Amino acid sequence: MVVLGEMKRKVLPLHFLQFMRLLVVYPWTQRFFDSFGNLSSASAIMGNPKVKAHGKKVLTSLGDAIKHLDDLKGTFAQLSELHCDKLHVDPENFKLLGNVLVTVLAIHFGKEFTPEVQASWQKMVTGVASALSSRYH
Amino acid sequence: MGHFTEEDKATITSLWGKVNVEDAGGETLGRLLVVYPWTQRFFDSFGNLSSASAIMGNPKVKAHGKKVLTSLGDAIKHLDDLKGTFAQLSELHCDKLHVDPENFRLLGNVLVTVLAIHFGKEFTPEVQASWQKMVTAVASALSSRYH
Repeated sequence: MVVLGEMKRKVLPLHFLQFMRLLVVYPWTQRFFDSFGNLSSASAIMGNPKVKAHGKKVLTSLGDAIKHLDDLKGTFAQLSELHCDKLHVDPENFKLLGNVLVTVLAIHFGKEFTPEVQASWQKMVTGVASALSSRYH
Repeated sequence: MGHFTEEDKATITSLWGKVNVEDAGGETLGRLLVVYPWTQRFFDSFGNLSSASAIMGNPKVKAHGKKVLTSLGDAIKHLDDLKGTFAQLSELHCDKLHVDPENFRLLGNVLVTVLAIHFGKEFTPEVQASWQKMVTAVASALSSRYH
């Protein structure tokens, strides 16, 4: 838990990196962001201000969730409904975002991202994906 | 899925050229067993897997990890025919080893993480995208003979 808190403080500035990678590594996810403008190349995506802004929003939400690890379902209930009812996002994409976040942490922390730390973060992103899927019907 | 551009192939090959297969193999398999602990069930005969440090230091894990990544390295030379390259291994994993194909995707995720740790900023979004295609295609090829 302490480790997650420390990482959170160092991770928040990485918001732009994290979100951008999702759109590059899993290009079909771009379909949810038609209104974001130019996503025509990796560098266009990485420089896109709407992508950066949205990445920050997503990661801030994740940061809030870290304070409520014992009630992720409750914390993400409204967002779950939103992603199902309004945004129509396939929940598989939450797992992909989780994968990307783990990769960004690995790049940033290098050897400090030990197997045990990775295991904790994998539990975290799995828990978040599950919570975000929980209100789907 | 699985179609590699010339850029993908160049990216994958050049990064792989800088990988120490022995170290990365042990790291990758070890992390699979730590991060997704249920995968330990396939390695009962490997001895002490009781903690992260036991797993990461286990010589059988290291040896098998090296075997797995050596096989991957061979596959990189045959990116246009991964199904053919992995046909026998696919049958083995289905018929003899009874490994759920989902585990191939997990191993792929772990390999991507290990590469990210090792290469840091050099593991750019584009490089990651090529490697994600690679591990997805390998997982698919390994699943292809399942019945």
